[in-house]
Amino acid sequence: MKRRQFLGLLGAAGITATLGTEAQAASGHTFDGYPNAKGVLFDSTRCIGCRKCEAACNKVNKLPAPAKPFDDLKVLDKERRTDAKSYTVVNKYPGKNGPVFRKVQCNHCQEPACASVCFVRAFVKNPDGSVTYDASLCVGCRYCMVACPFNIPAYEYSDPLTPRVMKCTMCHDQIQKGELAAPGCVGACPKEALVYGKRGDLIEIARERVKRNPGRYQDHIYGEKEMGGTNWLYLSGAEFKDIGLREDLGNVSVPTMTAGPLSVVPMVAALWPALLGGVWAMNKRKEKVAEDEQKAAVRAAKAEVKAEAAAKLAKELEKAEKDKAQAVEREVKRALEEAAAAQKEQAAAANKDEEGA
Amino acid sequence: MTAETKKTLFTPVNIISGIFLAIGLVITVLRFTKGLGYVTNLDDNNPWGIWIGFDLLCGVALAAGGYTASSACYLFGMKKYHSAVRPAILTAFLGYALVVFALHFDVGRPYRLVYPIFVSPGTTSLLYEVGLCVFLYVTVLAIEFSPALFEWLGMKNLRNKIHKLTLALTVFGVILSTLHQSSLGALYIAVPSKIHPLWYSPYLAILFFVSSIPAGLSMVILEGTLAHKPWHHMMDKTYQDEHDGVILGFARGASMALAAYFCVKLVAMAYDNNWHYLATGWGAWWLLEVLGFVALPSLLYAIASREKNIKLAKWTSALTVLGIILNRFNVSIVAFNWQLPSSQRYFPSLMEIGLSLFVVTLGVTIYRFVVSRMPIFFEHPEYKDAH
Repeated sequence: MKRRQFLGLLGAAGITATLGTEAQAASGHTFDGYPNAKGVLFDSTRCIGCRKCEAACNKVNKLPAPAKPFDDLKVLDKERRTDAKSYTVVNKYPGKNGPVFRKVQCNHCQEPACASVCFVRAFVKNPDGSVTYDASLCVGCRYCMVACPFNIPAYEYSDPLTPRVMKCTMCHDQIQKGELAAPGCVGACPKEALVYGKRGDLIEIARERVKRNPGRYQDHIYGEKEMGGTNWLYLSGAEFKDIGLREDLGNVSVPTMTAGPLSVVPMVAALWPALLGGVWAMNKRKEKVAEDEQKAAVRAAKAEVKAEAAAKLAKELEKAEKDKAQAVEREVKRALEEAAAAQKEQAAAANKDEEGA
Repeated sequence: MTAETKKTLFTPVNIISGIFLAIGLVITVLRFTKGLGYVTNLDDNNPWGIWIGFDLLCGVALAAGGYTASSACYLFGMKKYHSAVRPAILTAFLGYALVVFALHFDVGRPYRLVYPIFVSPGTTSLLYEVGLCVFLYVTVLAIEFSPALFEWLGMKNLRNKIHKLTLALTVFGVILSTLHQSSLGALYIAVPSKIHPLWYSPYLAILFFVSSIPAGLSMVILEGTLAHKPWHHMMDKTYQDEHDGVILGFARGASMALAAYFCVKLVAMAYDNNWHYLATGWGAWWLLEVLGFVALPSLLYAIASREKNIKLAKWTSALTVLGIILNRFNVSIVAFNWQLPSSQRYFPSLMEIGLSLFVVTLGVTIYRFVVSRMPIFFEHPEYKDAH
């Protein structure tokens, strides 16, 4: 990469960080989904578990043929989940009056966890309500699968170099191209257990059904609020937790949950340099003050020693002077004494000579 | 190089390393020809195994010695720890380099690992945040480590130029470490419905960051302990003289950091009002982690530094490191998907464990190569007192 290009990217990254994103903007703004977004209403009281939706999904999405044919209903004896070869599955649960069936597929969240946690933006929430995946960007980290509260995205684990994440697209491409008017599964349902339409309309239809059929339904539309709301909605006679839909997920979307920790990131980058630089500067100053103090102390000590030495020297000098004077005096005295003695001796010798002569 | 290794390359350590490396190469071939499904026990419900839980989460936490040691020495003015900085930077650099290396096995399309940074940045993802920081921090660590390489190669000019950047690099390193250590915990803030409440917390980011500090300090102690015997002859007088001081000082720091971590753990549990879970089996496991691997080492470190008990400090560092590994495993594997029936839970395959051992062995081998040659435990004679 050229330096210029790199700097450009760096600048772009910086600007992106300051601009923030919709998920990070913690104003009073809330996202209630695209206004004309579509969705599907699933009514478990109508589903007969025929697996025609599974077959249709397999066909319109050109997925590989299943191990057991779609008209084999024994498959329903075991609870299944979506996998790399099936975007949707139907599960059978025991109910009060015979078995209850529930279709599993991507719920197309209004604020999708998969899209918000994807570090290459491989997932998109489309204005038509669908959440789609772009394999040409995917790195294969599988964070989308970790994050999905409904355990929907599946992975091509057997593909060594080009594995894709696989999940329902609400037949986004087929509908955009005009190949289909509604998702494959919806069109194949013989019991109208699936209705495709605007999400707002679907909620009204669901409310109407609950009101008109007292005792038939739980008074709750699953997906209206769960995890911030989903575009796939559910009606059920049995409790939702008994047909594999968790009731403890809460209504907070994943982007809302992660907005807090994300918002701290730029603050750390903004504050840490001053904080750490400050600590460093304080220590540096402490060291300098200590050094200066040490130097001053050394200087003072030196001066004191010097003065002391000078005084001592002066004293010594004085003493030496005195000693010298005394010595001179002593020497002179001795010399005089010696001279006097010599004179005396001479005089005595002279006397002797005189006497001898 | 010791006289013994000069004579023969077939020392016990080398033979064991060779076996692990050979096994790793076989698994590498299988991973890239038959796919993740063949070598791992991962499935659609359990997309992340020990290559994330151990190689990434533990790898990054245990490589925290780089930023803790360098900030203690260069920012907080604890100059008597200087001799501990180079070994810590080396371990950190190798740790992060191997984290990135190991990720090439785990992600489906490793040739696209630069996509989040250069092709399509997903800025709403905490994983993007982790990726960007790790990418930048590996670069910073490479530069921080390079003076040792340049001294070894005799490239004086380059070495001196980079040496002048020490302060800036240290500050940058601490910023990046704060961010990605915490973001690794924050990755799991998105999944309250999948992690047991005792390990899930909106404070996961803080828990991961705070715990990385004792992890890093303990790794410096542990690594110094393990390196002391084989490379005693490579250690200069400064290193030897400072060695005990470093251990006791870092033990004191780790004791306080663990005490703080203990408090954060407790607050996180109480904040979500999870007291009633303590009476369950999960609660016993949580208490074992928090009392046995956080509170206990904090106490032992305090005793060790007070009584100048070097041996106790060394053993406590191993206990702390084990505790951090236990915590990362608990969050990413043990408490993850706790509500699923045991038949749908994840347990690593032998080949997954084999590859993790391969990565660790690779790190140890490169470490041994470097410290036997480059000025890590001693100051290069030409650059003495240059710090």
